[in-house]
Amino acid sequence: MRQPKTTGTYVRRGLVIAYLFLLVAWPVSLVVKHTFDGGLDNLQTALSDPDVVFALQLTVYVAVWAVVINTIFGVGVSLLLVRYDFPGRGILSALIDLPLSVSPIVVGLALLLTYGSTNGLLGPSLRDAGIQVAFAPLGIILATAFVSLPLVIRELVPVLHEIGTDQEQAARSLGAGPWQTFRRITLPSVKWALVYGVVLSLARSLGEFGAVKIMSGNIAGQTQTATLSVEEKYQDFQQGTAYATSFLLALIAVAALVVVSVLRPKENPDGD
Amino acid sequence: MGIEIRGINKFFGDFVALEDINLSIPSGQLTALLGPSGGGKSTLLRIIAGLESSDSGTVEIEGVDTTNVPAQKRNVGFVFQHYAAFKHMTVAKNIAFGLEIRKRPKDEVKDRVQELLKLVHLEQWSDRLPSQLSGGQRQRMALARALAIEPSVLLLDEPFGALDAKVRKELRDWLRRLHDEVHVTTVFVTHDQEEALEVSDSLVVINEGRIEQIGSPDDLYDRPASDFVLSFLGPVTRLGDHLIRPHDIEISRYEQAATATGRITRWTRVGFEIRLEVTPDDKLHPDPIQVVVTRAEATALGLHEGDQVWLRPQAGVEPVRA
Amino acid sequence: MTTEIQPAPGATRKRRARSATSLTRSSGIGLGLAVTWFSLLVLIPLALVVIQSADGGWQTFRDTLTNSQTAAALRLTVTQALIVTLVNVMFGTLIAWVLVRDHFWGKRILEVIIDIPFALPTIVAGLVLLSLYGPDSPIGINVANTERSVFLALLFVTLPFVVRTVEPVLLELDPEVEEAAASLGASRFTTLRRILLPALAPAITAGAALSFARGISEYGSLVLLSGNLPNKTEVASVRILTYIENGNEAAAASVAVLLLGVALIAIILLQVLTNAVSRRA
Repeated sequence: MRQPKTTGTYVRRGLVIAYLFLLVAWPVSLVVKHTFDGGLDNLQTALSDPDVVFALQLTVYVAVWAVVINTIFGVGVSLLLVRYDFPGRGILSALIDLPLSVSPIVVGLALLLTYGSTNGLLGPSLRDAGIQVAFAPLGIILATAFVSLPLVIRELVPVLHEIGTDQEQAARSLGAGPWQTFRRITLPSVKWALVYGVVLSLARSLGEFGAVKIMSGNIAGQTQTATLSVEEKYQDFQQGTAYATSFLLALIAVAALVVVSVLRPKENPDGD
Repeated sequence: MGIEIRGINKFFGDFVALEDINLSIPSGQLTALLGPSGGGKSTLLRIIAGLESSDSGTVEIEGVDTTNVPAQKRNVGFVFQHYAAFKHMTVAKNIAFGLEIRKRPKDEVKDRVQELLKLVHLEQWSDRLPSQLSGGQRQRMALARALAIEPSVLLLDEPFGALDAKVRKELRDWLRRLHDEVHVTTVFVTHDQEEALEVSDSLVVINEGRIEQIGSPDDLYDRPASDFVLSFLGPVTRLGDHLIRPHDIEISRYEQAATATGRITRWTRVGFEIRLEVTPDDKLHPDPIQVVVTRAEATALGLHEGDQVWLRPQAGVEPVRA
Repeated sequence: MTTEIQPAPGATRKRRARSATSLTRSSGIGLGLAVTWFSLLVLIPLALVVIQSADGGWQTFRDTLTNSQTAAALRLTVTQALIVTLVNVMFGTLIAWVLVRDHFWGKRILEVIIDIPFALPTIVAGLVLLSLYGPDSPIGINVANTERSVFLALLFVTLPFVVRTVEPVLLELDPEVEEAAASLGASRFTTLRRILLPALAPAITAGAALSFARGISEYGSLVLLSGNLPNKTEVASVRILTYIENGNEAAAASVAVLLLGVALIAIILLQVLTNAVSRRA
């Protein structure tokens, strides 16, 4: 501790703890409490409802695809943005963040205008080619990939900048080709940033609601994802099931975050 | 043989980093590229390594034209100023990297790594991560890593620049001894003239993208080709119309044939040395003249602050016309 | 006189960044693929929204936005997002400060709590808030179906933005600079105003812009909490959804374009303000 603790330190600390407790910690804990109100009943009811089970499976399927796509795209784009010089780099870098500022509803609308089966720009041709996008898993994957697109890149770019090119150049001078340099030097150096980006993408993907609501058609047992099922169950007065499904979604998201923040080594501010 | 550099030009935008560089670096020697920072010497080293491309000209390493050979195929050992240690690998893994890339048998790699650890005195540290080493140790590791691939040339970019003075001095002596043992053609970049003079067999002074002079340390120190080389290699003062090193001035309290006369106006003692400032009587050249004498000389000559003195170049010293 | 070595005239000039190289063939192909995918997923769809809004002509655009229910929704969205952003600027900076400068048991838990709103599905976020601030509130506070529910939901989902942008900058900030200011006689307040705030301003601004943009576009957390009452708790995103469900894509696109525009203006405006602040300091 560099500075002495003053009254101000304790006031600030207290204020922050109270704020976070009232806004996040307490409400979240209540959902956990509601889920287990009747022991494991709620979870059992939810997991014996075929629509809920289907929704959870679909959500995981969609999220995994979206994360895989975003990881490959994210690693590639991050390397291009940081390590290469090309016309339009600044514009691309600015546009990449765009999906974070767009309403999920607007995302759904935009994708519907492009991939809608009857009125979309590309939808009808894709449908004629036998590819159903809107109101099908592919559409849900697109919507999910859209909203979580920048997350891997936002984690990777600063770290790539920070590690610089010295180690990569050293590897090259020692005889490593581009792929060997990437796999043996670059990737291990950005490993934790990448893991963190992937976890954030996964959490965001599991939880997407608005864009998926529009693109999926929201048909229980066919295109209804877990978040959509929470809404329906809650409004159908099956609140126990809604709480249980919410709990499962939150559990995956929060558990992933906790695991990463525990595993991630404390940043070594001066590696040199 | 060694390294042949012909007609190298390099521009960064409209900034001329290197201008028509022609240079022959002989095999087996330790050559220093010396000059102020931003003068182009690091760029030249990186062009030799293939880490940077030149806009024109050719590079030959041991008789092979490598101008268009990518860095990873040049078999060049490169040591970076900030070590470029692979932070996620142990010391042994760092050293083994180049050999593993070359798919050498495991046993051979192991033996070679042991050998190199011994050479750079890091046997005890082979399983540590770079972050657990001191700067000097990390730079020795980087050197071992570069030597592991048995490079045709070893290139060092300000290798001791990030270290503190004492470690720098130790590593410098050590590098000299290492080179006498290993005999690989070595080029190192530095902006520290003392380092260059002490370690190298030959010196190349580079300034503003051009070579100022090439020669042995003695050549350059005693027979500088230009004001720049003279003043870059050591302290310089102006005596009459000439430039001269402060310790090459003969000083006397008694009247003698002199280039200048004046009064001692400042007296600074630094260890065994005494640095004097003499304010000349000649009003046309009013800038103070720096003179360096040893403590013993000062006592023998009976010098004191405020004394009237007569100054001239010492016998055998040829001052450079300013 | 000792002749000083003058640095070469070009020496002080910044050299072009060494790390970036021009494209090779394989990286060029990679760039082509990436841009194609990005266009198919993001750029073309968003461009179509803009085109669709222009399709119905100026008349549709104006009719949509002057529709009293839509106008009320837009007003509510922007007002609440602004208030929430303001609160975030103050509390987000404070939280970042405490997380970086204070040390106490359980700080790591707070770090995880900060990320929860980001990780939690928005629909679950709504449910979470409903359980403490809804009709069954254990502390007797019920904001469901009121304007305050919109405020609360936005506050929850935007919590991480300012904290997470300010934190790294604060970490990088050398405490010696503050100590230097203090040694020169600056009071804590002067140090805060003249040294810290200007250094943090760009990060705070970036966080505020993100938080505002997220605020005006929020949907999921409001579904269960606000009741979507027309002219009362209905936000812009809900209006767009209603238009889509009624098959009125032109009207939906009009509101969407307006939202995109407001987000864009906010980001640019805040950027300009930041530059002004950092220049003055």
